[in-house]
Amino acid sequence: MSSDAMILQNTGTASPPWTVTLHEWITTVDHKRLGILYVLYALVFLVIAGIEAMIMRVQLMYPHAHFVSPQVFNRMFTMHGTTMIFFVAMPVLFGFANYLVPLMIGARDMAFPRLNAFSFWLTAFGGFLLYFSLLGGSGLYGAGNAPDVGWWAYAPLAAKAFSPGHSSDYWTISLLVSGFGSIGTGVNIVATIVSMRCPGMTLNRMPLLAWLNLVMAGMVLIVITPLSAAQIMLLIDRYLGGHFFDTQAGGSASLWMHFFWIFGHPEVYVLIIPCFAFISEIVPVFSRKPIFGYPVMVGATVCIGFVSMSVWAHHMFTIGMNPYANSFFTVTSMVVGVPTGIKIFNWLGTMWGGRIQFKTPMLFCIGFLFQFLIAGLTGVMLASAPFDWQLGNSYFVVAHFHYVIVGGILFALFAAFYYWFPKVTGKMLSERLGKLHFWLFLVGFHLCFDLMHIPGLLGMPRRIYTYEPGRGWDTMNLLVSIGAFIQAAGTLVFVWNMIISYFRGKIAGNDPWDAWTLEWSVSSPPPAYNFTAIPTVASRRPLWDLKHPEDPDSRYE
Amino acid sequence: MSAMTTPLPATPATWKLPYRGTVAMACLIIAESSIFTIFVVAYLYYAGKSLSGPTPREVLETPIFGTICLLSSSLTVHFAARFLHLNRRSGFLALWFLTILLGGIFLLGTAREWHRLIYERGLTISTNLFGTTYYSLVGLHATHVVVGLIMLTIVFLFGVAGRVGHEQSGRVEVLALYWHFVDAVWVVVFSVVYLIAR
Repeated sequence: MSSDAMILQNTGTASPPWTVTLHEWITTVDHKRLGILYVLYALVFLVIAGIEAMIMRVQLMYPHAHFVSPQVFNRMFTMHGTTMIFFVAMPVLFGFANYLVPLMIGARDMAFPRLNAFSFWLTAFGGFLLYFSLLGGSGLYGAGNAPDVGWWAYAPLAAKAFSPGHSSDYWTISLLVSGFGSIGTGVNIVATIVSMRCPGMTLNRMPLLAWLNLVMAGMVLIVITPLSAAQIMLLIDRYLGGHFFDTQAGGSASLWMHFFWIFGHPEVYVLIIPCFAFISEIVPVFSRKPIFGYPVMVGATVCIGFVSMSVWAHHMFTIGMNPYANSFFTVTSMVVGVPTGIKIFNWLGTMWGGRIQFKTPMLFCIGFLFQFLIAGLTGVMLASAPFDWQLGNSYFVVAHFHYVIVGGILFALFAAFYYWFPKVTGKMLSERLGKLHFWLFLVGFHLCFDLMHIPGLLGMPRRIYTYEPGRGWDTMNLLVSIGAFIQAAGTLVFVWNMIISYFRGKIAGNDPWDAWTLEWSVSSPPPAYNFTAIPTVASRRPLWDLKHPEDPDSRYE
Repeated sequence: MSAMTTPLPATPATWKLPYRGTVAMACLIIAESSIFTIFVVAYLYYAGKSLSGPTPREVLETPIFGTICLLSSSLTVHFAARFLHLNRRSGFLALWFLTILLGGIFLLGTAREWHRLIYERGLTISTNLFGTTYYSLVGLHATHVVVGLIMLTIVFLFGVAGRVGHEQSGRVEVLALYWHFVDAVWVVVFSVVYLIAR
């Protein structure tokens, strides 16, 4: 007994007791810890929302399946969509922005560390509120249920009469709360990038990641707020008897659609622009070349930011708008493909003639490039109003946006995980497991989402919980479900890789990739204060200048 | 690895970036403008679409006095911040208090108008589309006035306690910026509710 106490005491002196560590993490205002908290939080919800997706795929695996009831199926797609967008994609990207932006611009922290912590906890409690609906959805009876109105909660389905109980209110309030968190983070990122750059880092020398996150944060300010406004209106309708979306009193159901998609479409770009940022940092390092066309990349991003705010109604072609609106939104939706194409061209230009190293992060980047191109092409198809009348609300649309979100955003995120994990933890992720993860996920992804286009073309509508046999959808749906399971297996390999590498991985050192941006100049993991002395930069690649004093970039810029 | 940071080039002679507080407030104003835009769009979209009365023409009375008070508070808060910048603290406190007073009068005017509309004219948020959009838009603005008044009062109390000096003038100006925004939004709300969609 006394020897046990001795051992406990010894471990206690070696590292602080877990309560102290926990307290430090909960009360932290350090941008790196908050970044890690964001990412871990998002990973937990990734698993939860992934399980929801699996439940749907099992249900749709064969016709007339009875795995879950129609009601449960509705809840699953609502929760899957809401969770993936608001509590996986947004937090994980905010987490990366939080962690990387101050390090890359040579700052010791974000502009407002306490606002940063406040924003994180708002987002966190938003997610908990959404899932608390499972308990509290019917008030205090303790037998509530998750919201089932879809992630866009169209009026009048979300009205009190058609969605009784409180499950839709949990959905509304959780998005309102996490929306305020997002606005706080947006304000913080802009203020950090504008006001906290280290000496010499002019806008023209900023890493592209900082530039793209600046555009993303600016968009967050403008496009998340319409959703908050619409949620306030929905709450007024549901609780104070308002008539915003009440068609019986002259209200308009399509106004909700407009308000939702004014948020909803730019949101896609809020998510993809930070992913462009990852690609723009990773591709040059593994091609051993500076980025091709830096000013054009910045210009194209700003252009995407602006144009993407005028395309929202291409989600609404099927509700019957007038021909002018249809033409306008068709044109703008196609125009947004131009700057995006410029970016793909520039990434290819960066790789062209480079000495490419096919490490795991680079593999995911190449996967991203290929898949994002295809996702963009189906996007251009759906941007055409007549085509959209045919295929709107079909599985073709589901396949298209999952191609963007999984094939684009998730692949870029995996690349970012493999690239920056050594900086965050000080350990390398296993290349062997990384390659296994990549190939499993790639095969699973293409099996799942390439084939998903076909039932859509054959007329399978989205959001159906089952279907009749003999329509030509059966085999495809089975293969799609198998693809989903292969992706789940790939994700398990990824999680396992992170756990095993965290404890037993190879020591990374400061700069395992021989990279050029400031975060690689500090130790891994970086000290709490980031930089002993605030660095000064003279070019876009400060570490190149350091490593090659005989031929610095600053001579040519 | 501090050894790596030493050979970096020397600090440029002039390196001055914008004050983070101002940048953040500008961002917040952009975000808030976006929220107000949605409410204004809803108001204009539903103008004249109510299926039952009362209509704005029947019940609304233009709050001219309150508007004058609120708009002049923009001037007082500007000069208050200016006084603080010049380190003239009593002038700052007097004008700051006047700002709170003017904002309070505006809020009182809104309260009286709402009381009249609810109890005499029977217009509530659930009466018709006009009620829904009117109380939401004006209420959203009034909420911002309340938040602004709370923050102004906190600064005033600190000022009375002698804790607000020249060195806080940057922060006080950030708050003044918010108050200017609240006033500017009122110009839009006033035009939309009392002039355009009457």
